[in-house]
This record gives sequence, C-alpha cells and structure tokens, in this order.
Amino acid sequence: MTSSSLLRSFIYLYLVLFFAYLFLPLVFMMAAAFNDSRFPTMLPWQGFTLRWFQELFADQLMGRAVWNSILIGLGVVALSVPIGLAGALVLYNLQSRARTLIYGIMVSPILTPGVIIGISTLIFWRQYFGVGGGLMLAVVAQTTFIAAFAMLLILARLQRFDRTLEEAALDLGASHTWTFWRITVPFLRPALLAAALMAFLQSFENYNTTLFVIGTETTMTLNIASRVRLGLTPAVNAIAVILIALTILGAIIYELMRRAEVRRRALAAEAAA
Amino acid sequence: MGQSVELDNVTMRFGDFVAVRNVSLKIGAGEFFSFLGPSGCGKTTILRLISGFMEPTEGAVRIGSKDMRGIGPNRRPTALIFQNLALFPLMKVWENIAFGLEARGVGKAQRRRRAEELLDLIALPGYADKAVSELSGGQRQRVAIARALAVEPAVLLLDEPLSALDLKLRQHMRSELRAIQRKTGVTFIYITHDQGEALTMSDRIGVMSQGEVLQIGQPADIYDAPQNAFVATFVGESNLFPGTISRIEGKEALIETAVGPMRGRNLHALPVGTPAIALVRPERMRVLDAGEAADNMLESAPQRFDFEGAFINVLLDGAGERETILHLTNDGRTQARLQAATLLRVGFDTDATMILPQGQTAHG
Amino acid sequence: MAELFRRTGPLIAWMALLTTLLWVAFMIVLPQVMMVDFSFRPSLPPSKIGGPEDVYTLKNYATLWANTIHRGIFFKTIWSSMLVTVLALAVCYPIAYHLAQVARGQAAALLIVALIVPFWVNEILRTFAWFLILSRNGIFNSALVGLGLIDRPIQFIDGNIGVMIGMVYAYILFMVFPLYNAMESLDRHQIEAARDLGASTWRIHWRVVIPHAKPGIAVGCIMTFMLSAGTIAVPRLLGGPRSRWFTEVIYSWFFDGGDWNQGAAYAFALLILCIVFILVMMRLFRVSLQDIAK
Ligand SMILES: Nc1ncnc2c1ncn2[C@@H]1O[C@H](COP(=O)(O)OP(=O)(O)OP(=O)(O)O)[C@@H](O)[C@H]1O
Ligand SMILES: [Mg+2]
Repeated sequence: MTSSSLLRSFIYLYLVLFFAYLFLPLVFMMAAAFNDSRFPTMLPWQGFTLRWFQELFADQLMGRAVWNSILIGLGVVALSVPIGLAGALVLYNLQSRARTLIYGIMVSPILTPGVIIGISTLIFWRQYFGVGGGLMLAVVAQTTFIAAFAMLLILARLQRFDRTLEEAALDLGASHTWTFWRITVPFLRPALLAAALMAFLQSFENYNTTLFVIGTETTMTLNIASRVRLGLTPAVNAIAVILIALTILGAIIYELMRRAEVRRRALAAEAAA
Repeated sequence: MGQSVELDNVTMRFGDFVAVRNVSLKIGAGEFFSFLGPSGCGKTTILRLISGFMEPTEGAVRIGSKDMRGIGPNRRPTALIFQNLALFPLMKVWENIAFGLEARGVGKAQRRRRAEELLDLIALPGYADKAVSELSGGQRQRVAIARALAVEPAVLLLDEPLSALDLKLRQHMRSELRAIQRKTGVTFIYITHDQGEALTMSDRIGVMSQGEVLQIGQPADIYDAPQNAFVATFVGESNLFPGTISRIEGKEALIETAVGPMRGRNLHALPVGTPAIALVRPERMRVLDAGEAADNMLESAPQRFDFEGAFINVLLDGAGERETILHLTNDGRTQARLQAATLLRVGFDTDATMILPQGQTAHG
Repeated sequence: MAELFRRTGPLIAWMALLTTLLWVAFMIVLPQVMMVDFSFRPSLPPSKIGGPEDVYTLKNYATLWANTIHRGIFFKTIWSSMLVTVLALAVCYPIAYHLAQVARGQAAALLIVALIVPFWVNEILRTFAWFLILSRNGIFNSALVGLGLIDRPIQFIDGNIGVMIGMVYAYILFMVFPLYNAMESLDRHQIEAARDLGASTWRIHWRVVIPHAKPGIAVGCIMTFMLSAGTIAVPRLLGGPRSRWFTEVIYSWFFDGGDWNQGAAYAFALLILCIVFILVMMRLFRVSLQDIAK
C-alpha cells in the first residue's frame, strides 16, 4: 500500500467516524422514543411502542409550551423582518466613515452570548418600563439578535440589487414609495421569506436568552430542558422525533423548491437563447 | 410631441474631478441629437443631468425652456433608456411596458391595451405575456424603447442602447430607431461611442472629449469639416501629415510636411508659420497611373493589402504620422494590379486635404 | 444618510431610520448600558433606590474576585471553552478540507446536506442526545457494562468531560461551515502546484491551506468560543453541581440569590471576556468585523 492510498483510507475512515459522531446520537435519541422502556434509551430494546407519543399529546403543559413558542416565534418574525429590512436599507445606503462603527453595533448582538442579551433585556425593561419576564419580553430579547441575522440575510441580497432598476422606475414617473413596493421589495422577497423562516426557527429553538426573560411562563425548548433535568421520560424523545421529522421535511421541501426554481431559470435561459 | 432641451453652461464635478465642463448647447424639439465620444468622456453624466438623477454643479438644464433645477427624475418629461436597459426582471413584457402608466394610476385594461399597441409599434406583437428572460437581446432592446415611449415623453434619452447587439441587429435597429423617432416626433438624445451610429441616425452630433463638447454639427460637417484634430481622428479614419504652413492663397494654404508640400483647405484661416497638420480621408486618396498628376502627391512602398470586399485597404510605409492608409474601390482587378508594383504614386486633391491646427488626436 | 433619502425618498428613509434607531437604541445599546450601570450599583430594596446608599461602587466586582469558587469557575469556563474551541477546530479541519478541496460533485453536495440537517436540530435536543448516551443508564454505560469492561455504571454527567463533549458536539457546525467557506475559495491548482514542487502534505497545509483559511478559522473559533463560554443550555443538561459553568453562577444570582446587581457584574465580566477573545482573534488572524458577521 502506498502512503497516499493509506492516507486516503484514513480520511475515509475519519469521514465515517465523523458522520457517525454527528448522526448516531440523533438516531439513538429517536429510536428510544419507540422503545417500551421507562428510561429513554435504545438499549436494551424492550419492544416497540407508541405510548410515549400518546403521553406527549396528553400533556397539557407541553401543549401550552408549544403554543407559547409559536406565539413568541410569530412575534419575533413580525418584529425582526421589518427591523432587518430597515437596518439593511440604512447600511446599504451608508457611505460615511462611521459605517464600520454602525455596522459593528448592529451585528454585535450576534457576537454577544445569548444569556447576556437575556439579562440586559430583563434589567432594562423591568427597571424602566416595569415589564417583567414573560412572552412579551421573550419576543423583545430574541428580536435583539435575530433581527441582526435577518439584516445580514437581507443585506446580502440587497447588495446584488441592480440599482438602475429603481432609477428606471423613477424615470418612468413612479414615486419613491411606489418604486420601493413595486421593485425593491419583490426583488428582496426570497431574502425576506428566508429571514422569516430563519427567525421563526431561531426563536423556536432558543434557550439561553429565553431562560432569563420568560418569567413564570415556559416554551417548548425550556420545557424539554426542564424535563431532562427533572422527571425524564421518553416523551421527550417523542418530541425529538417529531421535530426532527419536521426539520427533514422542511429541508426536503426547501430543496425541491430550489430545484424547481433552478429548472425554471434554465428553461427560461434556454428559451431566450 | 417633442420639446427642446437646453444646456446652459453646465458643469458637473465629482469632488475634484470635472466630468462635464462648461457645456452649452440647444437641442431642438423633435430633433435626433447624438453625443459621440470615447468611453469615460462624460456622455452618461450628461444624460443623467438631463433626466434628473443629478443636478449640475453649475449652470442650468432647461426642457421646453423650463428650468429643471429641483425637479426629480419622476417629474421630468424625459424617459431614459439605460445602458443596461434595466428591464424589470420579475415582470412580464407587457407589465414592463405599462409600468409608467401603472405608476400614473391608469386602469389595468387600458394599460394592457396601450402595451399591446406599443408592442405592435416595435414589431413584437404577441409577446405581451412573455417573461423578460425569454427575450433575445434585440427584443429586450425594443421592449425598453416601448417602455420609455409608453409614458409619452417629450424627450427620449438613449444611453448606448445598441452596444450589446451584434452587427446585423445593430444596423437593423438603427433604421428602426430612426423610423420610430420620425413617427413619434419625440426629441431623441442619443449617446454612443460608435461614429457609424451617430453619422447614420442623427440630425446633429455633438463630439465630446474629456467632459467638453468640441464640435456640434450635422454629420456631413463633422466629417468633412472637423474643427480640430481630435474630432477629425475620432470621427472616421484619417491620414495625418504634420508640418508648418508656408503660404496662404485665399481659402487655401500650403503646408510643408515630411513627404513634401501639400495644398489644402485652410478651414481655420491659420497664418503662415503655424505648425499644423494636413488631414486626408483614406477614401479620398487614389493611386495614380503613370504620367497622371494630382494637386498633392506622394510616393511610397505598399506594405500590406487588407481585403474588405467592397474596399481594399492599402497600407503605405512611413509616409504620414502613422502608416498611411487608402480605401480603394474594388473593381475586381485592383489588388492584382497593385501587388505587382513596388512603389505606388498616390494622389489627392486640394479639396480633400484639410489643414487643421495641431492638437490632441483620438489616437492618443 | 443623504444617499438614503435620495434613493428611497423621505417616507421610506424616515421609516427605515426610525426603525433602525429604535432597534439599536432600545434593544442593543441602552440595555447593555443599563446592565453595566446596574453592575456598579449595590443591590437595594426598592425603597432605597435613588437614596443616599445608591452610589456607584466596585463591590460587585470585588465579590467576583474575592469569591474563590466563583473566580475558579470563571477561569475554568475560559479554559474549558478554549479547549472546546481547539477540539472543535481539530475535529472539523479535516472534514472541511475534504469537503472543500477533495470531494466533488454529487458526493460533496450530499455531504454538505448531511452537515446542514443536524444544524437545524434544536440545540437542546442535540445536547439531550448526548445526555442519553452519557447518562448512568445510557448507551455508553450499558455497552461498557455489557462488554464486562466495568461492573458499575460510571457517572459521566456531572463532570467537565460530559459538558465538553456535549459542547463540541453542539457547536461543531459553527466551526465546520466557516472553515469550509474559507477553504472552498482556495484554488485547487495552488495545492497541486505546491505538491508538484515536492511539498509534503503537512507543509502544504501549513504554508498554503491554513494561511488561506485564516479568516474562516478565526470566525469558527470566535463563534465556538463565544457559544461555549456563553451557553447555559449544555451545562444545565450535561453538568451537575460539581461542574458548574459561569453562566450557571450568573443564573443563580438572578433567580436563586435575587441579587441582580451582582448578576449584572458577572454578566458584564463574561461579556468583556468574549469581547477580548474576539479582539485577540481579529488581531491574530488579521480579519475584520465584516469577515466575521456574514
Ligand atoms: N457618481 C460618480 N462619482 C464619481 N465619478 C463619476 C461618477 N459618475 C461618473 N463619474 C466619472 O465621470 C467620468 C464620465 O463618466 P460617464 O459615465 O459620463 O462616461 P461615459 O462617457 O458614459 O463613458 P462610457 O462610454 O464608458 O459609458 C468618468 O471618468 C467617471 O469615472
Ligand atoms: Mg456611459
């Protein structure tokens, strides 16, 4: 065996190990949801059951937590997409030397640990507005950094925008506002949708920030965590199965949509040629 | 109907850089006016000043004798066809064309009707519901024109609209543009760095260099009586013979060049002793038969023959400032006859020889 | 600014400016300023706030220094987060390199999808998956006992090892993608040329790949360190009383100790730590903020 083919087999071995490391824990976790064992584990296998799903669906606290997560997620989408759009517009048109500083401030929430965003939000709102922890504050705290992600997504697309399109619209007699809705926003639509989806998912899975600002309420993620800490049953695994299935479904739909789009473009290009 | 456009001492600065310097001119209503000049000379800047995307640093822009300062692009009676066309990629062809009407609140049925009329005008009937990405380059071009015409502008501004098209299509579109202009009576202000385009289409041409307008005139004037070496060399091909003026005879002058004296038209009434250049268009030179004479003559060895079909280009060695070039009409035997000769005698008339002050040429 | 108004018109410009301003002021800047302000004040009952005792003091920071347990946890958090960062870098480097430079076409696309899917799985669930493996009744112990290697299950949870394994797992993808993005832009010919000139594999990485991937390495390290030092999810799930993380100490000041001012000081210390780490990395790897936040 030559040294390079030895190296190659090492690399393949490493790849296999890496992806095993990545996926096996998830597989174990999901398999345990169907194991008829009081403790969530795949081994020893005690027989197939769906009772953990039944337990999950019967759990009112969990129902409430999921509902809260959805509410917070929608709130975060409703706030962070417009904020992200506004921030992207401001940054895009900013040419002054202060741009770097302003950019730095606007992306700083991404580089700040989530717990600190939760803490500072909690202190600020309680101190000045008398608002305590709860759903509202969770929306505010999460929006702080999710809006920054949304802004970066939108800005990336905005930078590919052909500004002469705006000028052409103005030149044809459209007002600035009309041009914005009719030309700029439709161009940004994919980024806006992606930002909305991203915002919802980020909000849904957030733990570190939410823990500090949720008050006496709970969310699905917090609820899962507290179950793991106290009173663990395979019902948690049942949630995992559902969430991962949704994730994969989402990924497949996204991929199919992307392919359809690529095909549409190719067809259009072909027709033009 | 068209309106006039007047630039009154217009200067445009970007920081220290002067993109347009002291331009004054008046373009008549319904005129087809072209700005011709090399890349970066400020052509687009002038169009953007007229359409209102920029305000001049100094001077005034008037449309229909109304001062345009402070009036935004969406409130000027102009429509601009962008260098890259700027068709809206997410809209269908007819929506593109009707966009200006949509912005003015015209109802959908009427917009659609108007778009279809314009599609007929640009010879693209039945294309209303296609996507922009499905069109060819020339079709996009025409859609952009229709979109601009839909708002019934008094002045249509075109920024090198044909530069992306292939030669055949370009020639076709030239006549089409001219026809549309005649039909609509709109003032066309056309930008190009292609002299052929400017010469064939325009009523008048403004030749630009480095932010200044050097000469304004009808195509024939620009070509046959250029005001300086830059215009002469930028518009059309030319042979240059630098020298000094030695004698004046009425409207004619004699210039001593490296290849001998030449008699030409003293277009600027230059006095004796002035350094000047004699300029001759290649198609005005001919090969002399033995014993034949002409007002001006020179002798040189042919270096190369470039066959162009209708013409044969003969390149002569070391006679002018650069190599001297002749365009000869091809009569089927020309090349064979000339190739036999080792030395050619070339002649041209006084009438074909322009005497101009020395100055910058477009060759750099 | 004038550009914004000229381009989008006054209505949209004002709306964008105002929205951005509200976000930056009320969500980003003021809360942080408040937190810092808070951290320099004593914890007082509501009646005494604004009174003579409500003065700026360094007491809260002195507590962090004086309390050897907390100080120890602080340094342990730094040290462990760095270790997590280095581990993640070591684990991810070969993968990123393989994906970016070796794998091609369909195989590469498939591998990337395989990386993205776990990325979308909830952080808590990813951590929980390891909890199930490491716990007393978990797979790992079952396997070891089953194989007869040990006779009683080992307590992995409630130890730093468990927390760190969980963190490497949870944040590995924040390391892989920046590395991959940076390496992907490296021209394959450069590597071939280097190999052609007789450079060894190590040398190629040291002299060609790593210098090119520097921004990606910096970004991956910053993200991993920041997430590790700042997480409370992983230690709360995989840790126990003996492996407390600094964020857990902060949490208990807020919700067990009820001394928010003290908690704010601790939080600010953590924030400073992260900022210092980011600045050091930016310096070391000569990258700008624009490279990081993409
Ligand atoms: N917004 C601007 N800021 C600074 N300089 C500019 C700006 N717009 C144009 N210029 C400069 O002004 C000069 C003229 O530009 P302009 O676009 O008018 O040239 P042009 O004649 O249209 O060239 P082309 O044929 O290449 O399109 C160029 O040197 C250009 O760099
Ligand atoms: Mg131009």
